[in-house]
Amino acid sequence: MEIEKKAPPPLLMSQREGRLVRLMGMAGEGLLFLVASLSVFAVLFIFYFIVRDALPFIKGDYIGEFFSNSKWYPTHEPPVFGALSILYGSLIVTIGSCVVAIPLGVCSAVALSDIIPFSWRQGIKPIIELLASIPSVAYGFFALVVFAPVMQSHGGTLLVVGFLIIGAPVLGIASLLVGDMLSDRFGDSNSGISWALIPGAASLAILVLVSWYLGGIQIISGTNALNVSVILGIMALPTIVSVSEDALQAVGPELRMGSYGLGATRAETLVLTVLPAASSGIMAAVILGIMRALGETMVVWMASGNAAIIPDPFYDFLSPVRTMTATIAGEMGETARGTQHYSVLFMCAFCLLIFCFICNLISEQVMKRNRMKLRGEI
Amino acid sequence: MRNKIMSVVAAAAVAVSGMFFSGAANADEKIVIEGSSTVGPIAKQFAEFFMDKNKGVNITVNESGSGNGAKALISGKCDIATMSRFMKEKEFKAAAGSGKMPVAHAVAMDGIAVVVNPANPVGKLTLEQIHDIYAGKVNNWKQVGGVDMPIVIISRDTSSGTYETFETKVMHKDPIASGVETVGSNGQMRARVQSTKNAIGYVGLGFVDKSVKAVLVNNIPATKSSVASGVYPIARPLFMFTDGYPKPGSTVFRFITMYLSKDGEAIIERIGFVPLTAYKK
Repeated sequence: MEIEKKAPPPLLMSQREGRLVRLMGMAGEGLLFLVASLSVFAVLFIFYFIVRDALPFIKGDYIGEFFSNSKWYPTHEPPVFGALSILYGSLIVTIGSCVVAIPLGVCSAVALSDIIPFSWRQGIKPIIELLASIPSVAYGFFALVVFAPVMQSHGGTLLVVGFLIIGAPVLGIASLLVGDMLSDRFGDSNSGISWALIPGAASLAILVLVSWYLGGIQIISGTNALNVSVILGIMALPTIVSVSEDALQAVGPELRMGSYGLGATRAETLVLTVLPAASSGIMAAVILGIMRALGETMVVWMASGNAAIIPDPFYDFLSPVRTMTATIAGEMGETARGTQHYSVLFMCAFCLLIFCFICNLISEQVMKRNRMKLRGEI
Repeated sequence: MRNKIMSVVAAAAVAVSGMFFSGAANADEKIVIEGSSTVGPIAKQFAEFFMDKNKGVNITVNESGSGNGAKALISGKCDIATMSRFMKEKEFKAAAGSGKMPVAHAVAMDGIAVVVNPANPVGKLTLEQIHDIYAGKVNNWKQVGGVDMPIVIISRDTSSGTYETFETKVMHKDPIASGVETVGSNGQMRARVQSTKNAIGYVGLGFVDKSVKAVLVNNIPATKSSVASGVYPIARPLFMFTDGYPKPGSTVFRFITMYLSKDGEAIIERIGFVPLTAYKK
């Protein structure tokens, strides 16, 4: 009997098989490329649809009024679409949240990366990042139901406490730095502490005077720009802390060791070496935080008071304001498609989009610079 | 062979589709309700009661504002639009344009109570005074007989039916002052007035409770009887709109006429609105 021999598998693929494999490979790559470009398409589509719906307004009669008038009566007859107060509302709330979030955020990041023990950091950082996972409606509810009434009943005290939390460390560090500069210029290096006494006393006087002034203020309405600024600042904290802490970590031990080796103290190392080296990363963190505050809707809709006015005087944080996001959220429900009111809301969205786009570009550039700097390319 | 397979497939297809269609006939009947957050509670309570009595009927109620209710009815996304105002001319035109015939069913009356903080000594205001406060002409409580403190004026978002009724009944199309604060719901309004000593706001009568004080308007208290009898000046009917009049006896018909039944009246009264049938009493 003859045993049937199996032919050994050919080492080379047949032409047909080869083509199949190539085709499969191309299909796989194509599919992955498609998936990856999905979000790019999403962004392009968002741009397209927002511009398309904003276009009737841009071409319409009200576009001049949009940027020059501060009266917002979109449903009145005849309508008035002055968005100046709304643009200003977004601006003042964003600035306010920066004032709250940047000093606190950067200080926390420095503390996390360079000051507190590593084991504590492992516990604290996740808790700070947890702030980011709280839904914004919960923040809004807190701002409306808890924070606003407290502001009304204990406004002065609250302002003083808030001012001291942010003002005291900033002024303290500033007076130390000024004292250092003064001793460099006028005295011998040993009397740095005594030179710091002069700006220190000045800062103390400022703290006391401002606190005394703030303590006398009565807040009439708790839903105002300040309320929203504080809450948005807290919401932006996790982003700022997390990204700046990463930037500070990325500076690496070499620079720190070098600085210590030159005889610098820990504070000098931090302020003069680590912070400047991480500055662009911190910048990027701040910009990301700003974008978070600028785009937030629910909190401002619930707690900003939504009055379409430019506060008088313009820096009055205790006045209610209305932001672009809240306007869109609050008014989109009722507007009929195709009306000027409908398009003007898209115009607001377009302004927001442009602003966020610019912020994003800047932060992208800054991050890129930072990476190059750390690699020693510039 | 091939023919056999084909016939088996065809038979299976017929069987499956038969099951599907018969299933559809027995399946839950669905009513989708969309619209006002003021009428929403009525629709929700009605739906709960109705589904309890009629097994196999599935009613979903969404509260997204009167305007969205109208939009949904026009685009055929809902069977009943709940609205705290009448349909606008624009909406009727849009409806006619897409082949819909909105029919209004007034299901209850709603009074809008002007509310202040319970600690505020002011207990009554005229319609004129309320108008002047919201127009920004009066900005201190002492101008309307209260103590010397600035008035925190709170209004509703322009997309709410409550705002529209307030605007037409009180403001007579005069613009509301631009410094007025805006909140997004009756509940938020109540929370703001409750927690702010010098605030004034307005909510549906159903949302007035111990935490806020409803003032007399033109010396008339905001009560069920004053609203139902039409004496109270800031009152309005609440509507449910259907596409055409529902076929008598149909599920939608039975649902939409519930407000005439004893149970329907009790539900409306329990939520704080006034049954239309109450004017007889």
